[in-house]
Amino acid sequence: MLIEILIALVILNGAVFTLVGSYGLLKLTGPMSRLHAPTKASTLGVGSLLLGSILHAFASGEGSMHEVLVMAFLFVTAPISANFIAKVNLHRLRGRPELPPPPESRDWATYAEK
Amino acid sequence: MGLTRKIFPHPTLSVLLLLVWVLLVNHLSLGTVVFGAILGVLIPILTAAYWPDRPRSPRPWLLLSYIGVVLWDILVANLQVARIVLFKRNADMAPNWVVVPLELRTPEAITMLAGTITLTPGTVSADLSCDGHALLVHALDAPDPDAVRDEIKNRYERRLKEIFE
Repeated sequence: MLIEILIALVILNGAVFTLVGSYGLLKLTGPMSRLHAPTKASTLGVGSLLLGSILHAFASGEGSMHEVLVMAFLFVTAPISANFIAKVNLHRLRGRPELPPPPESRDWATYAEK
Repeated sequence: MGLTRKIFPHPTLSVLLLLVWVLLVNHLSLGTVVFGAILGVLIPILTAAYWPDRPRSPRPWLLLSYIGVVLWDILVANLQVARIVLFKRNADMAPNWVVVPLELRTPEAITMLAGTITLTPGTVSADLSCDGHALLVHALDAPDPDAVRDEIKNRYERRLKEIFE
């Protein structure tokens, strides 16, 4: 009984953070700011849901640690997709003055002319 | 030293492979561990040729404590960003570009730093300069970009430098 309440709380927590992530995607303005919301949902939101899954597996007698792997792979791959979206946006900003220049080098790698 | 180095060209990778195998099978038994150990020995030997300029093995204990610090920061920063998203008006927000000059030179370490910056909410790493000596980071709400830069340098880059260089 107690463990079920705990599992429910953890899953609810994950759902709330995923919802906040989606809400942020709608509410924030500008492509770069919007990028922040989904990267957040994939960390604490999904992490909480996976923790709920682990707890449930152990409570029902068949321990499962697959979720740890899901988490690890997600943490390794999520920054890469975020970086790709950021790079697409950098191409749209090409030639605009918003970007600060790099300290020593000629330019940012996305704008490099080969 | 020479022989151990030949059998275990990449000890951290061996341990990681064993761990991933046991987690994939999702069942702890002698058979799983033995097969995982075989994979952990074979795969690094077979792939050693593809790692020509590999940096020396990162110190595993420092790496574990780094992962601990990052996980804790993800937790704290998630709450902060959730608060910003829910309660702060868009007009009050100060999204900003932050330039982080790098002292790290190992590509693996820079990759980890960029990944860490993206995973800790509130900052996303966007680009690297041509010479690889600076990172371009976007911050969701940073009235003071210098503070963000100093925190990234002190909290993450310093630790990664100890681990990789």
